[in-house]
Amino acid sequence: MKANSKSKISRRSLLKSGVAATTAAAAGTLGAPMIWAQSNIVLRQSGTGVSAFNEIAAKAKEDLGITMEMTALDSDSVVQKVATQPKAFDIADIEYWMCKKVWPIGNLQAMDTSKIANYDKIVGIFKNGKLTPTSTIAQGTAPHTVSFVEGANGKSFSSEETGWMTMIPTIYNADTLGIRPDLINRPINTWAELLNPEFKGKASILDISSIGIMDMAMVCEAMGEIQYGDKGNMTKEEIDKTIGIFTEAKKAGQFRAFWKSFDESVNLMASGEVVIQSMWSPAITAVRSKGIPCVYQPLKEGYRSWGGGLGIAAHLSGKELDAAYEYINWYLSGWVGGFLMRQGYYSAAVETSKEYMSADEWGYWFEGKAAKGDIVNPQGVKMESAGAVRDGGSFYDRMGSVACWNAVMDENQYMVRKWNEFIAS
Amino acid sequence: MAVLQKNISSILLASPVILVLSAFIIVPIILITAVSFWGSTEFSIYPAFLFDNYEFLLTSDVTYRVFFRTLYFAVLVWAITLVLGFTVAYYLAFFIHSLTWQIICFLLCTIPFWTSNIIRMISWIPFLGRNGLANQSLIEMGIVDEPVEWLLYSEFSVCLAFVHLYTLFMVVPIFNTMMRIDKSLIEAARDAGASSTQILVNVIIPLCKPGIMIGSIFVVALVMGDFITVRFMSGSQIANMGRLISNDISLLQYPSACATAVVLLATVVIMISIMLRFVDIRKEL
Repeated sequence: MKANSKSKISRRSLLKSGVAATTAAAAGTLGAPMIWAQSNIVLRQSGTGVSAFNEIAAKAKEDLGITMEMTALDSDSVVQKVATQPKAFDIADIEYWMCKKVWPIGNLQAMDTSKIANYDKIVGIFKNGKLTPTSTIAQGTAPHTVSFVEGANGKSFSSEETGWMTMIPTIYNADTLGIRPDLINRPINTWAELLNPEFKGKASILDISSIGIMDMAMVCEAMGEIQYGDKGNMTKEEIDKTIGIFTEAKKAGQFRAFWKSFDESVNLMASGEVVIQSMWSPAITAVRSKGIPCVYQPLKEGYRSWGGGLGIAAHLSGKELDAAYEYINWYLSGWVGGFLMRQGYYSAAVETSKEYMSADEWGYWFEGKAAKGDIVNPQGVKMESAGAVRDGGSFYDRMGSVACWNAVMDENQYMVRKWNEFIAS
Repeated sequence: MAVLQKNISSILLASPVILVLSAFIIVPIILITAVSFWGSTEFSIYPAFLFDNYEFLLTSDVTYRVFFRTLYFAVLVWAITLVLGFTVAYYLAFFIHSLTWQIICFLLCTIPFWTSNIIRMISWIPFLGRNGLANQSLIEMGIVDEPVEWLLYSEFSVCLAFVHLYTLFMVVPIFNTMMRIDKSLIEAARDAGASSTQILVNVIIPLCKPGIMIGSIFVVALVMGDFITVRFMSGSQIANMGRLISNDISLLQYPSACATAVVLLATVVIMISIMLRFVDIRKEL
């Protein structure tokens, strides 16, 4: 997927940029967006598919005059690109566990939070780990643990706010299992159901080791088979035991398939090959948009959560660097947030999205209230009718019951090796 | 003098091939072999001369299981495509008498190859699925009551896709050698009282050996090196050597991927050289 909206200079946009150019000097870098059309700035954003939308690139062009070239890759490939091809991207749109992996390599530069206009509105999850002052912090690579570094050239992560961020958070969500209620016909309320023999040959799990292992851990813990010290940082024994349980299930024919890309998970669910599986929020919406019932089932053990942000490549400087800050400021200023919220994600500066959503949309997506009218997806296709309530309820209900974050463990290489054996077994 | 000139001109004539082969085959293989001894951390690889990659590869029983899986698929697919390919070629060469129709039928065989092989492979998935066309038809015809599960994401579906993708590679060279068989040989055999089976076994098959061997080399090499067919058609449930390599690459473990690639390459080369022992392709072409 590549969005490359070539600049079409209409009289209107020329006028707009002309006006903007004269006001730009006054506006400065903070707050009011500058228009960059005349400088022909192109930024290459590499990321996972979750937020690489053509609509965002088009809107950035319209609002900022910056041409965004978006490349969507699977998780492993993004990590690989950021780690090994430092010049091949300008902005990295990655998750926090990936940040933990790639930050020490030094291909990203720390960002000055004083240049981020909406920094104060970023939710606590990314700053001190707490959604509300009383929340407990979940296991795994919680975003705030890899959010800050000591200074502009800091290499090691800092546990508190320092004014220098590794990435500016943009998007996050709480993940759980997706089910086909019409084919299961009974309530599902625990992660342990994924390995229930009742669903033999009809279950699936994702084949991305760093995320899959967390889903596995949620299941093993729910089954009461393993008590983890920290699911996000397992010992070798815990890894062996977890993979062992799933290998046994695999040999017994529990799984229909494993999926690696978003659309594979949609197809597995929509075709009825699978009735219960690890799934991501927009995949649920995609299945539902086909008129097939699919529920993002809240489970009593809680959610496996993830967060993503935008990082700036180390090689960026001068105009491009200013443009990147401008883009990130714009990203947090509300329109993108509203767009992402309609996909079922949350925006980091969540309040700013409110004015870009209708009261009904805000009620449905954020507050967990019953929809008053039709709920449409960002492309305008109807997804839900009046009366529908979001699976899992409100923002605070969902993000408040996170059990663990996607993580990179100290024993990551060992885990990957074991994961490969699981796939090969 | 004349001899020297002849030598120079033949060296010059051969040099483009030598250059292309060394740039695109020999140098990469040397590089892969070299990197297979390197060390790696989670993100970086560093030059070294270590046997770690091979040690890990050759001491893990997963490797052996996957390796035999790969061989198993190669042999199975080879056997099926051989029978199918030979039959199709035999029909085209001996049962269709006009050259025009032979060409038309041959082109018909290639029609599926007008689309990409990923498309050809993926289109099996909705067909074979639990609620797919195949199962619906079976249920409607009353042959089964419940959908047949092993049609998709199984060894069956992997083999089916392989056979579908690679049979033509068997048909073409066999058909080619069959067309070169002097028809008078077959007439002579018949005049000498040989039955159809005897003609097939004692005349046609021996004369088709080079074609069979070329087709076999194609199929074996393609199946041994494949990873995407196995991944899609088994729903990632089955692994072969190619998938081990692709997993390693996606996790930045290039040295380990190289070591696996070297072992795979060595195996394929050994298999093909054994196959070539049976037939002198250059002599018989």
